[in-house]
Amino acid sequence: MKRLLAAFGAVLVALMIPVSALAEETQFDYSQSEYDYTRFAGQGVSINVYNWGEYISDGEEGALDTNREFEALTGIKVNYTTFATNEELYAKLKSGGSDYDIIIPSDYMVSKMINEGMLEPLDYGNIPNFQYIDEAYRNLEYDPENRYTVPYTWGTVGIIYNTTMVEGEIDSWDALWDEQYKGNMLMFGNSRDAFAIAQSRLGIPYNSTDKDDYRRAADELIKQKPLVQAYVMDQIYDKMEGGEAALAPYYAGDAIVMMEGNPDLAFVVPKEGANLFVDAICIPKGCQNKEAAEMYINFLSEPQVAAANIEYIGYSTPSSAAFALLDEETQNNPVIYPPEETLAKCQAFRSLPDDVNLYMDSLWTEIMSTGTGKNNLMGIFIGCGVVVVIVVLVVLATIRKKKRESMY
Amino acid sequence: MFKSRLSAAPYLLWMGIFIIAPLLLVCYFAFTDASGSFTLANIQGLTAHVDVLLRSLWLAAVATVICLVLGYPVAYILSRAEEGQQRIFLMLCLLPMWMNFLLRTYAWMTLLENNGLINRFFGLFGLGPFEMINTQGAVVLGMVYNYLPFMIMPLYSIMVKIENSTIQAAQDLGANGVQVLFKVVLPLSVPGITSGVIMVFVPAISTFIISKMLGGGSNLLIGDLIELQFLGNAYNPHLGAAMSLVLMIIILLCLGFLNYFGDEDATREAIL
Repeated sequence: MKRLLAAFGAVLVALMIPVSALAEETQFDYSQSEYDYTRFAGQGVSINVYNWGEYISDGEEGALDTNREFEALTGIKVNYTTFATNEELYAKLKSGGSDYDIIIPSDYMVSKMINEGMLEPLDYGNIPNFQYIDEAYRNLEYDPENRYTVPYTWGTVGIIYNTTMVEGEIDSWDALWDEQYKGNMLMFGNSRDAFAIAQSRLGIPYNSTDKDDYRRAADELIKQKPLVQAYVMDQIYDKMEGGEAALAPYYAGDAIVMMEGNPDLAFVVPKEGANLFVDAICIPKGCQNKEAAEMYINFLSEPQVAAANIEYIGYSTPSSAAFALLDEETQNNPVIYPPEETLAKCQAFRSLPDDVNLYMDSLWTEIMSTGTGKNNLMGIFIGCGVVVVIVVLVVLATIRKKKRESMY
Repeated sequence: MFKSRLSAAPYLLWMGIFIIAPLLLVCYFAFTDASGSFTLANIQGLTAHVDVLLRSLWLAAVATVICLVLGYPVAYILSRAEEGQQRIFLMLCLLPMWMNFLLRTYAWMTLLENNGLINRFFGLFGLGPFEMINTQGAVVLGMVYNYLPFMIMPLYSIMVKIENSTIQAAQDLGANGVQVLFKVVLPLSVPGITSGVIMVFVPAISTFIISKMLGGGSNLLIGDLIELQFLGNAYNPHLGAAMSLVLMIIILLCLGFLNYFGDEDATREAIL
């Protein structure tokens, strides 16, 4: 009996160890901030966060587990889900039936959502950490009065290239139209980013609403198509790290990750300028607990949290306080924090009118379907042939059937 | 009677909510514009994408035929094997399906690449590199690899029902191997062929991730096009719904066509 009791006690102790370990110790010290993080503790409050995949420090390899830290600090439960593209996020919100409290769309999607009344204005009184956001990242084009957003990260687009596979220095988008890299380059698999590259080359502003501009850009992309090995998004990691292609346009933060995987890779923002994107934290309409959501935003903007996150993600931080906490090597890395004159040449996306978006998508479909011209014709012939064969077979079968029926 | 209907109620409810209602929604979206008024513009807009549709039909058809040619002998041999062996071979056929679909396709990507395993192997002998990835052939390969078990399974389940004695009887009556195959085994396995073809053709025609990963994104299939309407730059569920509707009708026609022949064979069997 004694032994049984002892065993029982051991089990109890074993059960209690993880519980006490879970008993919520935060990794950082938040005592110096005057913000009251505990006012929702013990009330069973939860918030639904919808963020990009791989876009928050999740506790891997000793890094900060952001959501766990927030739960430990505030007692608010975080339901965390991810999306892959802005458009996926938009479609999900638009089709209804989902209730998110926090979303992190990119600039042009933010302005689209503001225009369509999909976002809740923020109460910045509940987000004192907004003070740390650098002036340069406030009141940006997508949210001119800064009423709906707190910037989360930013970054640029550029060319990532394999130094062993290209000749000389790459410094222009022209490299992506260079015959010598035929079959050796990758291209963006999404229309807006792909068009922006052609637009940079032609000197067309990214947010042009003139359809002719997009027609011209599309022609440029059609010209480029025979040189392109594949149109990719996330597959680029494997392909660039494995030396499958010599060069490709992509986002700076992801380029950093690839460069860690393959030291031969380098990244440049072309001299014509490129897209500067900002991903911002917003609260969508229909949010269940706005104050808790704002607490989460404030938490993400805590300098040490923002710094830990940005170190994990590899993008750039808009928070000057978080920037100050980064190590010097990162601070001076021109890929992550490019010099002023490079940034001056970059443009941000704004949302385009619906008809321009529709037109761009139809052009994109055209680009994607051309160039397989031979196959197209063959397809039509074969399609017609198949139809004819089917009709003949049906007719024959019907005749045979009738014959047989008349026999019996 | 009433009781048996009652027991079907959960499924009927399920069907109503998750099959009939979405279908109606697809129809609604296909024939309306953004403001909700009736329009045929979406259907007309499809004419611009006929080539994509034909390419999808063609690639799916090729993949289905290859699956049939590959799967038929396998299913036959399987069905004639001893019971213990049958179970092992069947498991081996289904083994790839235990893995995630995306992962399998991703694996093919790394195999077929210019620096991929296959080209590196050929490189050892100074051959290649062969251009395999980002071609239509790669897309078909992906389809065949992913959907082959769907062909083998129905074929196998029909073929195990063909008694050995039937084949022996045919042989006793003087039929040679070819005759046994075409006069006995093939006609008896038609229902398996029909359902196998359906099971392969239908997912193959509407796939989008295979063409994206193995086709380099430029071998656009109808599935990619539909995805683009929902997750592309312009959110256009109306055109997407119209495409889905047309795709459904095409699949329905194909199925009707197959059934037509299936029925014919059934009547022939009845007559014989």
